[in-house]
Amino acid sequence: MKGKEVMDTQNISLLEGRQKQVYEKTAGAPEGDIACEKTSLSGSVSQRACVFCGSRVVLYPVADAIHIVHGPIGCAAYTWDIRGAVSSGPELHRLSFSSDLQEMDVIYGGEKKLYKSLIELIDQYQPKAAFIYSTCIIGLIGDDIDAVCKKVAKEKGIPVLPVHSEGFKGTKKDGYKAACNALMKLIGQGSTEGISKYSINILGEFNLAGEAWIIREYYEKMGIQVVATMTGDGRIDDIRRSHGASLNVVQCSGSMTTLAKEMEEKYGIPYIRVSYFGFEDMSKSLYDVAQHFPERPDIMEKAKEIVRDEIKQYYPEMQKFKAALTGKKAAIYVGGAFKTFSLIKALRTVGMSVVLAGSQTGNKQDYKNLKEMCDEGTVIVDDSNPVELSKFILEKEADLLIGGVKERPIAFKLGVAFCDHNHERKIPLAGFIGMYYFAKEVYESVMSPVWQFAPRKGGVK
Amino acid sequence: MTTNASTMTAKTATQNACKLCTPLGACLAFRGIEKCVPFLHGSQGCATYIRRYLISHYKEPIDIASSNFNEETAVFGGSHNLKLGLKNVTQQYKPQVIGIATTCLSETIGDDVPMILKDYKAIMGEADLPTMIFASTPSYTGSHIDGFHTAVRSAVQTFATGGAKKNMLNLFSGMISPADIRYLKEILKEFGMPFMLLPDYSQTLDGGPWGEYHRIPPGGTPTSAIADSGSAAASIEFGSTLEAKKSAAGYLEETFGVPRHSMPLPIGIKATDRFFALLEELTEKPMPEKYEDERRRLVDAYADGHKYVFGRKAILYGEEDLVISMAAFLREIGVVPVLCASGGKSGLMKKRMLELIPDLEELEIQVREGVDFVDIENEAKVLKPDFLIGNSKGFTMSRKNELQLIRIGFPIHDRFGGQRLHHLGYKGTQELFDRIVNTVIEYRQNSSPVGYTYI
Repeated sequence: MKGKEVMDTQNISLLEGRQKQVYEKTAGAPEGDIACEKTSLSGSVSQRACVFCGSRVVLYPVADAIHIVHGPIGCAAYTWDIRGAVSSGPELHRLSFSSDLQEMDVIYGGEKKLYKSLIELIDQYQPKAAFIYSTCIIGLIGDDIDAVCKKVAKEKGIPVLPVHSEGFKGTKKDGYKAACNALMKLIGQGSTEGISKYSINILGEFNLAGEAWIIREYYEKMGIQVVATMTGDGRIDDIRRSHGASLNVVQCSGSMTTLAKEMEEKYGIPYIRVSYFGFEDMSKSLYDVAQHFPERPDIMEKAKEIVRDEIKQYYPEMQKFKAALTGKKAAIYVGGAFKTFSLIKALRTVGMSVVLAGSQTGNKQDYKNLKEMCDEGTVIVDDSNPVELSKFILEKEADLLIGGVKERPIAFKLGVAFCDHNHERKIPLAGFIGMYYFAKEVYESVMSPVWQFAPRKGGVK
Repeated sequence: MTTNASTMTAKTATQNACKLCTPLGACLAFRGIEKCVPFLHGSQGCATYIRRYLISHYKEPIDIASSNFNEETAVFGGSHNLKLGLKNVTQQYKPQVIGIATTCLSETIGDDVPMILKDYKAIMGEADLPTMIFASTPSYTGSHIDGFHTAVRSAVQTFATGGAKKNMLNLFSGMISPADIRYLKEILKEFGMPFMLLPDYSQTLDGGPWGEYHRIPPGGTPTSAIADSGSAAASIEFGSTLEAKKSAAGYLEETFGVPRHSMPLPIGIKATDRFFALLEELTEKPMPEKYEDERRRLVDAYADGHKYVFGRKAILYGEEDLVISMAAFLREIGVVPVLCASGGKSGLMKKRMLELIPDLEELEIQVREGVDFVDIENEAKVLKPDFLIGNSKGFTMSRKNELQLIRIGFPIHDRFGGQRLHHLGYKGTQELFDRIVNTVIEYRQNSSPVGYTYI
């Protein structure tokens, strides 16, 4: 065993150009907004990805379309079946297609190759539609993917949708917009026959580990028809007729608010923002939808019944988790800020406080809300990186980090428990049962005896 | 002769790629240099996706900086972003080395990185700057393995100096597991001759717990050792398809006259014998008794297990060099690797395989470069192998076709401990052999009407 390592955590200083994106809620903290919604600082090892990532995340779960990444192989290879989005039927989304551009294609242009690839793949897989993602290099060499898509759509008689997701053209959020644009081209194309007045679309729910099915079942039990889920377990035909629904229920507001707004403008469909994480927010999501149909009090009655039954079912176990976890501290660093609000509430349900709350893509309002919501001493951070995250985790003595795959090893290296709340998760965390799974996972992670061996807990170095 | 008749049809799109992109390989190699931070010159997504991908296999933090191109950068060039990025990463990570690799984006706009670096050094003053290694790795040429070798060669070009010959060896071991690297280091230590192994990510990507966040994980090949590589007595370089003109050992031979000994990855008894014979020759010392023992145990195991594997058919895929060496090992134990496939495209694969497996064509072993998993799956339906051997990416195919998959190489992200798998030497071969035999036994046991308890 070596001597005590020198802790140099205290010496970590924030990079110039990042200071305004970090805020600690203390008595003397300066007023004003947290800087956000800007591109990442060069060299800052941001946890964010790119425009392409934003588009891919949103459209990925559409299961009866083929998704073709136009560019060199990397972008397609790294997004092959990485999401936990599951399908109840076709599974075309789990395949990885690429035009795999080579040097000569880059010199002479990749349009012909893309055209050939498209024809070949459509013939082979007979999809309902095709999404064509343009990557960085396509933006540079100037391939006219719109023209290729148009041509192939005409020849094959299916929608072939260009997704302008060149990695460098903004942030992940711009990728969300590109995805919504592609979806908007589908919406309004199908018949709305047979759609009830008491109907919704579920937006910004990606069916990770079957979460969309859980949510859908609640609404259906309330007597609400779900026209389309976008894009979890998504189907092209459902999306095409989704303009027939009475209400859009948006969960991942960062990605899907654009679409909801456009649908409101074009088809007069109102939208509400909801969250399915934690008992509190899940219940509110059901009530908010029920409230939209005041002429049918039975819908609200049913919602109340669901909430009552579900919470009753999980309450005893939750109390057990709470007894063990009370007083423990959590750090949250996730993609969307709206998710952070739910997580703070959900963690409070099991007796935990939050010492760090951050996101990759929050906006001014999100951070304002976070400032209000968080306890004294909490650090709020936009577009963070491993060095900062580890600094705050250690300084604030967090017992748990909630994040995604890139954050996981940071926690484990430092001897801190970790819970995955990103797109890769294999256990559903949404809905009432999801809250139970979440609490269980938090309990099993935080209470594991393995942390006694971590150096920071006095374990062997 | 119908040898190598293929059911594969020419197709344009790549469907489930059996390769990754060039910068990934470069980042991995840079992670094996002491106090080095990998830096990708291009879009932020490249760094993030590659980090995510490497983390899923190694389960370690992997910080890769990026120059974070935006639209303006793409139009006016990446010079400003690169300089700012280098400044920031230097401030935050305090590296001694920054390994800079390009992406398809910065390559296509034609950023002259060496010139930008020169400019940066002029502005910043060279004295306190980290050393910068530069690897040109556009992702539309080659695959991850090419990026890996380019980065290793660049590292040597950056640091190696000539001078009086030293009593030391260079080992360029290629893209192998951290466990393999540790094993090779152990072997070299026991031969008693000082050595330089590059890249060495055995600790940086498979290390212990931390009490603090190590901005750069401990471990890696010291740059002083890389500097000495130019005056080494000889270089050993693994890789059947790695040509001298693209390799680090090739550079050292050409520039400093360090003899290059190229050989396949030492998997299987014959290849490992060859490696040890080379070490005996170069160090003028006999093989340590310990390895004689390992070899004896392995030969014994070959005998104990031969009936389970003889004549079994396997489909093998992955990086070309790994596939070639694995195929030779499979022939040693009587398994027929009916399809040897790679997403790589050196153009040398079949030639090199024929050198190791002279009866390749009589056995109707197909060798395929530049294929994807849909090609491999189509072929599997025709060839009906007994099992698959390769990385985790074959899982979908294995599940769909009810074929057992023996996981080796990179990436292994649907199993635990991929970074601790041995593939090389007698020990690695022993572990591979045991797994193959057990896979066959498990299959027989499960499909047996009585489910026997003794084999």
